[in-house]
Amino acid sequence: MSEHRKISASELKQYKKRSLLSEVWRNYKKNPSAMIALFIVIAIVVIAIVSQFAFDYKADIVQQNVREKFIHPCAEHPFGTDNYGRDVLVRVLYGARYSLSVGVVAVAISCILGVTLGLIAGYYGGFIEDFILRFCEIFTGIPSILMGVALISAFGQSIIVLMMAIGLVYTPMYCRTTRAAVMPVRDEEYIEAARIAGVSDLKIMFSHVMPNALSPIIVQVTMGVASAILTASSLSFLGLGVPIPLPEWGAMLSEGREFMRDHMYLTIFPGLAIMITVLSFNLMGDGLRDALDPKLKE
Amino acid sequence: MTRYIVRRLLLMIPVLICVTFVVYFLMDLAPGDVISQLAPADATPQQIEMLREEYGLNGTIIERYGRYLWRLLHGDMGTSFFLKRPVFSVFLERLPNTLMLAFASILVAILISLPLGIAAATHHRSWLDGFSVVLSMLSVSMPAFWLGLLLIFIFSLHWKIFPSGGSEGLKYLILPALTLGTEQAGNLTRITRSSMLDVIHQDYLRTARAKGVSEKKVIRHHALRNALIPIITVLGSTLGNAFGGAVAIETVFAWNGIGRLTVMAINNRDMTLATGCIFMFTLMLNMTLLVVDIAYAYVDPRVKARYSK
Amino acid sequence: MEKELILEIKDLVVRFETADGVVHAVNGLDLKIEKGRSIGLVGETGAGKTTTALSMLRLVPDPPGVVECEKLELSGRDVLSMSVSELEEVRGKDISMIFQDPMTALNPVFTVGEQIAESIQIHEKVSSQEAEKRAKEMLELVGIPGERAGEYPHQFSGGMKQRVVIAIALACHPKLLIADEPTTALDVTIQAQVLDLMRRLKEQYETSLIMITHDLGIVAEICDDVAVMYAGKIIEIGTLRDIFNKAKHPYTEGLFNSIPNIHDRKAKLTPIQGLMPDPTNLPEGCAFEPRCPYACEGCKKEQALLQISDTHFVRCSRYLEEGFHIERKEKE
Repeated sequence: MSEHRKISASELKQYKKRSLLSEVWRNYKKNPSAMIALFIVIAIVVIAIVSQFAFDYKADIVQQNVREKFIHPCAEHPFGTDNYGRDVLVRVLYGARYSLSVGVVAVAISCILGVTLGLIAGYYGGFIEDFILRFCEIFTGIPSILMGVALISAFGQSIIVLMMAIGLVYTPMYCRTTRAAVMPVRDEEYIEAARIAGVSDLKIMFSHVMPNALSPIIVQVTMGVASAILTASSLSFLGLGVPIPLPEWGAMLSEGREFMRDHMYLTIFPGLAIMITVLSFNLMGDGLRDALDPKLKE
Repeated sequence: MTRYIVRRLLLMIPVLICVTFVVYFLMDLAPGDVISQLAPADATPQQIEMLREEYGLNGTIIERYGRYLWRLLHGDMGTSFFLKRPVFSVFLERLPNTLMLAFASILVAILISLPLGIAAATHHRSWLDGFSVVLSMLSVSMPAFWLGLLLIFIFSLHWKIFPSGGSEGLKYLILPALTLGTEQAGNLTRITRSSMLDVIHQDYLRTARAKGVSEKKVIRHHALRNALIPIITVLGSTLGNAFGGAVAIETVFAWNGIGRLTVMAINNRDMTLATGCIFMFTLMLNMTLLVVDIAYAYVDPRVKARYSK
Repeated sequence: MEKELILEIKDLVVRFETADGVVHAVNGLDLKIEKGRSIGLVGETGAGKTTTALSMLRLVPDPPGVVECEKLELSGRDVLSMSVSELEEVRGKDISMIFQDPMTALNPVFTVGEQIAESIQIHEKVSSQEAEKRAKEMLELVGIPGERAGEYPHQFSGGMKQRVVIAIALACHPKLLIADEPTTALDVTIQAQVLDLMRRLKEQYETSLIMITHDLGIVAEICDDVAVMYAGKIIEIGTLRDIFNKAKHPYTEGLFNSIPNIHDRKAKLTPIQGLMPDPTNLPEGCAFEPRCPYACEGCKKEQALLQISDTHFVRCSRYLEEGFHIERKEKE
């Protein structure tokens, strides 16, 4: 006979939460490419933090040393040096912080704005929903890159503006995902019950409705960092993102492009850096999606 | 069906107006006075004021936008400040290039992703399937402009097969179309594979096989037709975005399309040109999406039934 | 005079080799069907009925399915050695199948007329107009107005869809029709109509029929012979009369005892205890032995099919003992 023991409600809740998280982690671990991606992302974060202390911005990143310009990759300079004699490897490593911070902050902005709008739209419905959806439609009607260019030209070129611009551009996506996830729950009886019991709308939204949208949002956030990094690098490539001489990867590509004929390595390494970072976030997102909802996998 | 289309067209109007407002307003926020750049250095304040009126830049932002919108509704998109030519004719001049690149790239994307996605789904978990997953992952993660640079390096600097930039003819189209097409193929392959996988275990395919339909026809006729809706959706939005969103690739290949024109206009604070371009672009995108929605009805009778309601 | 043999199967084995182990779906099945006869293939879910049917059409998904068979002949032609194009010729022409769920069996993006005509056009080299005309006739035949040929499956109800599926299956007058639980997904009133329709058409075209079902009522209504399947084997086979009146196998007995008795509603149902054995891990000997009230040591050995009469066979070694019999609960 099994032993019966009374479990308090809070204990049960805790137990459930823990098991859900560990379940996701257990599923995630089974996916080798997602695990590799996770390690790469951790490595990039570490690089971004360590490069802050390891390199001196003035001496290593921006100082020109014309005598050493265009040294092709060798033992001393594994990625070579650029047209000002700056070491490309050091600049690429140092550049991780820009891509990463732009990606993360932009996604945080669009996630907070988009999820809030999506929750409101999905929960209240009716006129408010229509209004918010139309608003999203206007923003998605303009290609993200052109919208980014317009925002940057309006507010000036800086890394903060770049973050905000990309954040704004991707807001409708989160709004739609959230709304789509919230919609089917809106008319559930437990929501009705909570409302009758006098729970405030705000509390219902965040504690009863929001959890339903969590998995698609988590996946979208991971992949969103990837697309934000890509958009940021395109904008920098167009000369509108992170201002030079900061070693942002897209900006480095744009600089290196002039010397492509003879010094191709100048464009290869920053491009590879972008690709590996974006790829890792995408793979992580894929792995997370499978881990969060194993049924979707097949 | 006609009522549905009319309703959709009417719904487009407020969206288009709001888009022009957002762009116009953002352009107005931009620092620097356009007129003082346009006016000769020794212009008197009166002359500057006259110029301002000439370009319709006097009064408050609301007045200015009101005037712009009024003209726009009468079919006048204004004159470009910098090119000193009507916006619409500047736009028309660039339009063929944009359309050419957009359609050529989508053709490349279709040619890569439909066969690959279908083969991946029918050979689920084979090496081919793995190959398609890796390839589409790489293509969505690669900065397209970087791929463009690599192609230029290989095909124009190293082998000298294709020109590295310009938009004078077919020869110039190949590299940018390949680049943009490869970028689009990633997403399209993914969606083709997953929607075919959804369909491939459906009972009606077994019914078709039991009738004696050949396997080739089961896949191409019975399965693909059912998997088509998500594929067309992605196809439509990809094409729509290629009209104006391929800025970086147009820049890499010095291709004179609308995207590059718009960025130039924004950088020059050329309000009318920028707003006009984005207006036209939004119109084209929305029209494409409408065409996609109409295409649904022809692919799936259930959608058609919903439209007629 | 011996009637023409439509189907002959000898020692059919089907297994699915999956990552979780090998599923033994069909384990040595013999079956013969004469022209115009109908046989009911009865058994619980998972007994291997549908897999048996699919292997006759060579439609078992491969991988993971592996089909092995000593003999699989369709009116004298060896199905096993057929090329892909020969198979496509046979499917729909000589042998047709009606699937369980009419809701999902029709392609939603083609009109029902197109779906019927497709079969006709594949097998009989006729013009598309001719095929269309024939499709309309088929619709009329199953009781749907011909002018509805241009409509799509979503415009039909479940029972109507099943009629369309039947029309597709019978469009080229097959010699053998396999019906896989054709009425399970339908309302009771519709069930009777569909069954009635099938019986009529079967007689009209002299089609042989394999009726796969777990509903003994349907079997009684439409079948001449009955084969009872358990864990991928036929455990008892005979005429309708043999099985319904003189069931020999303990499992068959169990099936009958699980049917509610409308004359005595207070009578307790006697369900068969336990569950079907795990098909990845079948017991040696009689697969029913773990659940059988009559089991003895001898049941743990491989069981042979014993002949009871000219038509009646049972796979139970206890009948080798003199005087062995099973208790059949009285229904009346």
